[in-house]
Parts: sequence; C-alpha cells; structure tokens
Amino acid sequence: MTGWVADLALGVRLGVSGGRSGWVRLALISLGVGLGVAMLLVAASAPAVLDARADRAAERWVNSDQVIEPGAPTLLTLPVRSMHRGEAIEGRLLQPESPDAPLPPGVDRQLAPGEVVLSPALERLLASPDGAALRGRWGEQTVGTIGPEGLTGPDELTFYLGTDRLTGETAVRISSFGGDQQPEEGVSPVMVLLALVGIVVLLLPVGIFVATAVRFGSEARDRRLAALRLVGADARTTRRVAAGETLTGAVLGLGVGALVWLLVSRVAGTLVPDSLSFYPADVRPAPALVGLVVVLVPLTTVLVTLSALRQVVVEPLGVVRRSGARRRRLWWRLLFPLAGLALLHPLVTGLDTAMGTQVSIAAGLVLLLTGVALVLPWLVEATVHRLGNGPVAWDLAVRRLQLDSGTAVRAVSGVAVSVAGLIALQGLVGAIGALTAGAAADTRTYQASVLDIFPEDQAGGDPAGTWTRALSAAPGVTDVGALTSIGAEPTGGAPEAVVESGPCAVLAQEAQVGACRDGDVFVVVPEGAVAPPAGSAWTLGDGVRWTLPDTARPVAPNQGSVSALNGGGPPRILLTPAALGGLRPDVVAVTTYATLDPAVPDALDHLRTAAAQVDPRAYASSIAQQGIASALVTMRQVLLVGTVALLVMVGASLLVNVLEQLRERRRLLAALVAVGTRRRTLSGSVLVQVAVPVVLGLGLAVLTGSVLALGLQTAVDAPLTFDRVGVGATSGVAAVVVLLTTAAGLPLLWRLTRPEGLRTE
Amino acid sequence: MSVGRALLGLLENGPRHGYDLKRSYDERFGTDRPLAYGQVYSTLARLLRNGFVEVESEPGAGPERKRYAITEAGVADVASWLAQPEKPEPYLQSTLYTKVVLALLTGNDATTVLDTQRAEHLRLMRELTRRKETGDLADQLVCDHALFHLEADLRWLELTAARVQQLAAHVRP
Amino acid sequence: MPTEPLLVAEHLRLSFGATTALEDASVAVHAGEVLALMGPSGSGKSTLLHCLGGILHPDAGRVTYAGRDLTAMHDSERSALRRSELGFVFQFGQLVPELTCLENVALPLRLNGASRRAAHRSASAWLERLEVLDVAAKRPGQVSGGQGQRVAVARALVTRPRVVFADEPTGALDSLNGERVMQLFVAAARETGAAVVLVTHEARVAAYSDREAVVRDGRVRTVEYAR
Repeated sequence: MTGWVADLALGVRLGVSGGRSGWVRLALISLGVGLGVAMLLVAASAPAVLDARADRAAERWVNSDQVIEPGAPTLLTLPVRSMHRGEAIEGRLLQPESPDAPLPPGVDRQLAPGEVVLSPALERLLASPDGAALRGRWGEQTVGTIGPEGLTGPDELTFYLGTDRLTGETAVRISSFGGDQQPEEGVSPVMVLLALVGIVVLLLPVGIFVATAVRFGSEARDRRLAALRLVGADARTTRRVAAGETLTGAVLGLGVGALVWLLVSRVAGTLVPDSLSFYPADVRPAPALVGLVVVLVPLTTVLVTLSALRQVVVEPLGVVRRSGARRRRLWWRLLFPLAGLALLHPLVTGLDTAMGTQVSIAAGLVLLLTGVALVLPWLVEATVHRLGNGPVAWDLAVRRLQLDSGTAVRAVSGVAVSVAGLIALQGLVGAIGALTAGAAADTRTYQASVLDIFPEDQAGGDPAGTWTRALSAAPGVTDVGALTSIGAEPTGGAPEAVVESGPCAVLAQEAQVGACRDGDVFVVVPEGAVAPPAGSAWTLGDGVRWTLPDTARPVAPNQGSVSALNGGGPPRILLTPAALGGLRPDVVAVTTYATLDPAVPDALDHLRTAAAQVDPRAYASSIAQQGIASALVTMRQVLLVGTVALLVMVGASLLVNVLEQLRERRRLLAALVAVGTRRRTLSGSVLVQVAVPVVLGLGLAVLTGSVLALGLQTAVDAPLTFDRVGVGATSGVAAVVVLLTTAAGLPLLWRLTRPEGLRTE
Repeated sequence: MSVGRALLGLLENGPRHGYDLKRSYDERFGTDRPLAYGQVYSTLARLLRNGFVEVESEPGAGPERKRYAITEAGVADVASWLAQPEKPEPYLQSTLYTKVVLALLTGNDATTVLDTQRAEHLRLMRELTRRKETGDLADQLVCDHALFHLEADLRWLELTAARVQQLAAHVRP
Repeated sequence: MPTEPLLVAEHLRLSFGATTALEDASVAVHAGEVLALMGPSGSGKSTLLHCLGGILHPDAGRVTYAGRDLTAMHDSERSALRRSELGFVFQFGQLVPELTCLENVALPLRLNGASRRAAHRSASAWLERLEVLDVAAKRPGQVSGGQGQRVAVARALVTRPRVVFADEPTGALDSLNGERVMQLFVAAARETGAAVVLVTHEARVAAYSDREAVVRDGRVRTVEYAR
C-alpha cells in the first residue's frame, strides 16, 4: 500500500519536474481536462439554473382558479404579450381592488391606472436608441423598477402596468401571487427528446476529448518511464508512476475547469437569449454531480492512461509499441451501435415522458454514438489496407496509416461523434421547424395585424373606427383596414357560421374573393363543412337578424389564412360593409390590418406601440408566418454555440496530435528534405494522413446521424427529410477545421525540416 | 637520432652548457630514462662534426665549461626533420612527442607536425586497406592488425592535436 | 587528377547563433574521387558537408557545383539538384519506417517522377548490388543496422548521382559491419563514377578514401607534403 503511494508520488514529482517538455505536457493535459471539466460543470449547473428560474417564475405565478376568501384584499390581473423586434416582452396588467391588494414579487407599491414598473433590462431598452419605437407603449408614468426577486433573469423584458379597465369577467381575480402548484409548462415529449439528444451530443465528445487530452505528449512520458526501468523499476511500478503523473494533470485540470466554469458562469448569462437569462448567483452545480465529476474525471484519466500503456511495452532501453500484428475485429464493435438502435425503439413505436423511455433513449443514444467511435478505427484500418498505390505523398500517408492508424483515428473519433450527433439534432430541429411552419401568408397588401378581443371596452361603440383611426396615425403605417368579427346565433336550422365584415381589401386578405364591390357577400366553406343554403338566418346581436342572400358567392380560402391553416371548422361568411345594410351587429373582435412602409425602420414596433396605447391587451403581430417557433430558434442558437465549442476543442486536439506526430519524426523529415523531397510532398502526406480518417469518420457520422435523424423525425411525426444543407454545413465546417489544423501544423513542419533536424542530440 | 634533434631544438633558445642541456632534456623528454653524460657529449661531438653546432669556449675552463650554440645548418636540420613524417610504425609516440615539444619550443607549427604525420599514417592505412581487399584471409588478418595499431596512433595524434594549446603553455611557461 | 574540380567550396562562413561552425572553410572535390572529411567532434565537418550538399546555406562564401553557384540557387532548385545529382547517407534514421526497404530505395526515383514499376526494378538491382535483396520486402525496423545502412547506400546511389555525401555512415555499426558497408559503398560509388564526400572520425573508415581533408575550428587543412 505504501509502495503504491510512493509510486504515485514519484509520478507526481516527475510530472511537475519534467523540464520544459514536462511542463508543456502537464499544461496541455490540465488545459484539456479543464475544458472538459468546465463543460461538465456547466452541464451540472443547468438543473440549478433551471430550478432557480422555475422558482422565481412560481413566486409570481397567477393561479387563475384561486379560491378567494371572503373579505381578502384582491387584485384583477391579465397577462400582456408584446414583442420588440424579434424579442418577446411579457408583462401583466394590474388593477388593485383595495389599497392592501397583493403585490407581485419585486414590486413595492400599488400601481394607479397608467403607472408602470419595468424590469431593468426593459428600462435600459426603452432608454436606448434601439427602443425608440417602444417608447410610450405602456404610457410614460414609469414609477419604479422590478427587483431581482420578481424576475427570472437579469435580462428578462417584463413590466407591470396599472389599469382600471379590467373586470371580473375579462380578467383573473387573485388574493395572492404564487402558489404550491407549479405553472403548467407543458413539457412535451418532443422537447424532452431534444434535450436528451442535445445533452448526449454535447457531453459524449467531452469524454472523448478528455481521453485524448490525457495522451498529450505521451511519447516523452514513455521515454521517461524507460529511464525509470533502466534504473530498476518494474513494469507495474512504471504503470503506477504513469498513473500518478496523469493524476497530477487531472487534478490540476479540475482546478482549471473550476476556474473556467467560474468565468463562464459570469458571462454565460449574456450568451443565452434574453428570455433565458439567469442570475450568476443561481449558477450552482448540483453537489452530487460535482462529486461525480471530481471522482470520475481523475479516475477516467488514470484508466485511459493504464489502457494506453497496455499498447506499449516500456523496456529499460526504450519503448516498444505493440502494433500491426493484431487486426481489429468488427463484431464486438458492432454490438454497441446495434444495442443502441435496439434501445432507441421507442422512437418508432411511440414516445412518452415515462422515466423508462427516457433512460432507454438516452442509453440508446450513448451506445449508438459510442458505436461510431468504436467502429471508426475498424473502418479506417479495413479501408487503408485496401487503398491502392498513388503519388509519393499518398503512398507515404497510406503506409503510415497502415502501420498505425490508431493515433490518427483517436483524434478524429471526437469529430465523428460530434458530427453524427449534430446532424441528428439538426435533422430533428429542422423537421420540427417544418412541422410548425405554415404556408406562406399573403403579405402583398397588409404586413401586420392587431387583434382586439375586448372591442366592447372601446369608447364610442365603433371599435373598428377607433382602431382604424388610432393605427393610421402610427409612424410607418400607410394604410389600415379593419375586419370585424360578429357574434352570430343560428336561427331556424341555419348552420353554425363565423360572420365577419370588412372592406374588400381586408376580405381579400381572408379569401380569394376576386372582383369585389361594396355590398357583396362571400361564403368560405372549409374542407368537410356544409355550405349554408341561401336564406339561412342568424341573429347578430340584440334583435339584429340577418339572412344569407342568394347573391352570396362561394370562394376558396387564402393560403395561410386562419381557415386554410386550421382546416375543418365552421363555414365563414364574409360581408362587405354595405351588405349589413346599416345593421349594428354585436362585435366580438376586431382585427385591424396595417400596411407598413418598408422604408420606415421599426414600423411594426411603432404599430405595436400605437395598438398598446389603445388597449394594452390587443395583440399586434406580423402577418408573415414565423417559420420556426421561438423555442426552436433558441435551440438552434444553443446548437450553434455547442457546435462551435465542440469543433474548437476537436481542432485543438487534432492540432496537438499533428504536432506530436511531426515532432516524433523530426529526424526522418529532415533526412527526407535533405535527399531532395519537396515540402509539397511532405505537407501533402500530412494532409492525406489526417484527411483519410476524417473523410471516413465524416462518412460514418453522416450515415449514423442521418439514420438517427430519420428515427427522431419518425418519433415526432415529422415528414422524413434528409437535411442536405445541415449535413453539408456541419461536415463542411468539420473538414475546414481539419484543414486549418493541418495548416497550423505546417510551420512546425517547415521548422523541423530545417537541416538542424539532422543534428544528433 | 632523435636525441641529437632534441638537443639541437633545445639550443635554438640560446647557447648552453652540456650539463644544462642534459638537465633540460631530462625535464622535458627523459622522464623515465635520464640521459647519460657520455651520450650527451658524444651526441654533441657528432653535431659539431656535422656543423650543426659550434662551441663558444670560456677562457680557462675545462670541457664542462664549453658552451654550445646552434648553427644555421642546425636550425635548418631541425625544421626539415619536423616537416618530414615518421615512417608509421609501432611505438612512435616518444619520437612524435619529442617532435611536437620541439616544434613548440622552436616556434614551428606543432599542429602541422601532427597533421603531416596523420596524413602519412592514413596513406599507409589506405595501402593496407587496398591490400586487404585483394588479399586472402591471412593477409586480411595481418593487415587488420597493422590497421588497428595505426588507428591507435592516429587517435593519439588527434588527441595531441586537440591538446596542443595546453602543451604549449606547459612547455613555454 | 583532373584539373577542374566538380564541387568547390570557397571561404565558407556559417554560424548558428553565437557558435561559429565554419570560419573561412575551403575545399574542392574532384569528379570520381573519395574525399574524407576528418576532424574532432564539433569541428564543423558535418556542417561543411551540409553546405557542400546544398542543405545549408552559408552566411558567406560560395559553393560551386559543376560551374553552377549553389549558394545563389533557389531552395527548390537545390532540392531538385539533391534529388537528381546528389546522394545522401546519414548515420541513422533516414529510412521511412512505414515503407519497405525496396520502397525506400525506390523513393528518390519516384520523387523524380519515375513510374512505380521502373523505380522498383532499379531499386531491386541496387539492393542486389549491395547484397541486401533478401530484406527488400521488410520494413527498416525489421532489419539489422548494417542491412539498414546498405539499404540507405542503395537509396543514395539509385539515382546515379555525381556526388554522394555520407555523414558517419558507419557511426552506429560495429567494425565488421562498418567495413562491409564501406567496401560495398566505395566499390559501388567507383563503379558508377560518383564522387564521395565522407565525414568520419574513424581512421579505418577514412582509409577507404583517396584523399583526406582535416576540419579544425571551422577551417579546412589540406596537407600537402613531399612523398
């Protein structure tokens, strides 16, 4: 036991006193391990961040089914959804019903009608030039700032606006904020799946990277061990010394990782979208996960070191590499991806959020992607042994790979696993995007709309007129048209129908009305609905009766209009104003369409501000379909950041690998240049040597990733597509990383091939 | 033979008495075998006969008080001897050493002495190497024996060449 | 001896940082002769060989090969010259470990654009000439030091160069193996008419030369004396 400790201690001492090359090796290992540890710590912090955000959200949550104790001070409230440029701003209307009405967290006073409190981020935005179009949207009477306890994150855009227009019917009455029940987030199995794939894809390469980092500079280490053997250390002692040396790097790596994590947790808030921002103080890695990292990372590094040492025999007079004779076998390597595929069966047979299914899918993903890393060495070996002869550079590289492909493959397997995972993720994200994307909406006449579902609150009893006037005055709005939705009660066996009225230009936005004159009536019959016969009658509000004339023309819905998107539903009757013949029907909603001047920047936001000034509850939006839900946009951003981080790590380890191989062969390279070998030939050979495994790795990755993407697409019932652009881009970027790292290695090649390399030590 | 050259070389620094010459010689060259008086005087007599030295007598003194001085012919003889490589043969060191020290003493280039000798050694080694290639096994073995000896001498020459500066400091303090 | 030397170095000076390797070194190599460069370690003899072979560029002075100024040539020109008209044998570590011995010998021919088949044909002839045809299919790691050096000599001679530079070619071998390598080397070089510049510190290796030059403190001393 004490011998063990002494050996390990000797290793530690050799590690820190190995001269300049020893230091470089130690620094590389601890940097590599540190990067990996930092990523693991970030992942371990994610639950705490999410929990903290959820807790903060729960504190201010409004329970719409609250049981109000009689006599308790109450408050009426309603959420307000708005946007600024592409970003969502969610706020709340507050209407205290007594002076001691409940206050939301972070707000310290009751709000009078028109008074507003802002989150710091929103306050900053309003004060900045970017927020010009936002000014006045919720009035000018800013009376305070929402404290951190009332926000999910420092960059959250939110506000509370005092009002007097809410009623018990149109709003929610509460006696307190928050509650025991968690807000219904609606975590769909699809999102859980996305998260699972994402975590596996990001963390698996970290493991591979850490394993690679431990091998940095192992040549010099092996020579040191040989020197130890010469003075009488036995094979087992040398293994323990090596383990001790690696352990030094791993422990230093833990420290480096903790530092990097501290830095990252300070700045990470600014890297994520504002709506996902969090307080640095909330970034606390789960103690259990930290414990796992602290134990597992050094353990892994030691195990990797020992298994790598199995490949070499450290003899007193040098190092003998066991290679060549033993060909790699395929069968046991195939077990992993096959088992992975088997575990992934819920993707095809049906998805649910049950724990078992999640574990099965996560394990399946890990096995499948690990399988890529395992099958790749076999694939490379089997391929290079079949490669034919070519130019000298090609021959040199191929022969080198035939003799020892392990080194090259190790560096590439990280790329392959990442690319396979990323292709699968991109396929999935793309497919979900396709699911939610609608057909292109008609934006020729109008580009934005404002929906008001509380038209009865508009003074003067002419909500359409009010909206038209108010919005026309907004900067950048050149034309507006209102579509009035009318409450229609069928009478005398008439079918259920939606009745809407508006000028021809507005009706053209809803259906293919063709030639239209004031007084025309159109009927839109969605698929599966029955057309109401002429003469059917409806009651449009108090004592207003209306009959469908036989001049009504059946027309097809517009692509991208509500009825085309939803399908089914009742028939719609579209009236021009004159067709109502002076009737004053009961208005249930007003949709005001607006034509925006493309030359005016932020015209849409000016429109939103104008709309909020009429009624903050109105929802203003662009007509053009947002192709992908914002959650997916966020996902893509995270994916992009992850991809870049991964490829940088992969590039770094590839570079170290190339440099090490070159340094190992410096004498030979110098001799080859001395006999007149062109440098072009040498650099070509280095490139081929890296490129062959990379091409094979990418091929395998694209295959695995595409199969996985198809499975994931099946799971979410998305159309099966092959994401050609995503595959091309990801593998392209990976290939560029390879080329760049090779190129970065070339200066060393030039330096090593100077005649000084011929000098003996 | 070489004793005569050695004495001549010692005289290049100025005329000396016989006894002085013996002492100087013993100091520099005769570490284990001091020169006998008789040999000194017989050698000087031979050099006198050949005209390489001349005698400067001090009045009223016996043979012990005779001072010997080197003639121009003597200086030339030393120089040509230094320039001529020895025939490579075993146990040359004492002669070669004498030559190097004398070269240093007389201001001749000691390195040239060594290089000249080395060239002569190599010339013989080339000959032996060539003979070895054409000869039978017995010839080869004989040649190899000679080659190894010559190589040892050559190594000594190289070593001495590397230490000429040191030696010079020792010889001419 | 022919009057016009094939390769001439005049007044070469070269320093590596603070250490001066060559200081006014001049030497001439005649076509077909075997010249030994001797001298103690660190005297600059390897540096002189590298300058003569166009591997190193001297700080001052001139190297002329067959009337062409090597020192004025572009690196690619010198590389091309090294590939075609000059040959090199080093002490060790010059054979590509992944290639077989045959492929190693064929390498310079292929670098010159010869077809694989033609290159292999010449290469096996040279392996046979140096009595190592039996290791043709083995990799350098699988042959003995002596065999490896003979393969290296074959590789240096395969392009039929006019000058072969050998830097301690037997430095890592025992005397018997070293002698055999030198015998085969010098005989083969004489047969093809190649001049040999041989850097060695061993007299018995230098004895295979026609002439020697001693490098000392970065200068060349060529000794002329009456025979």
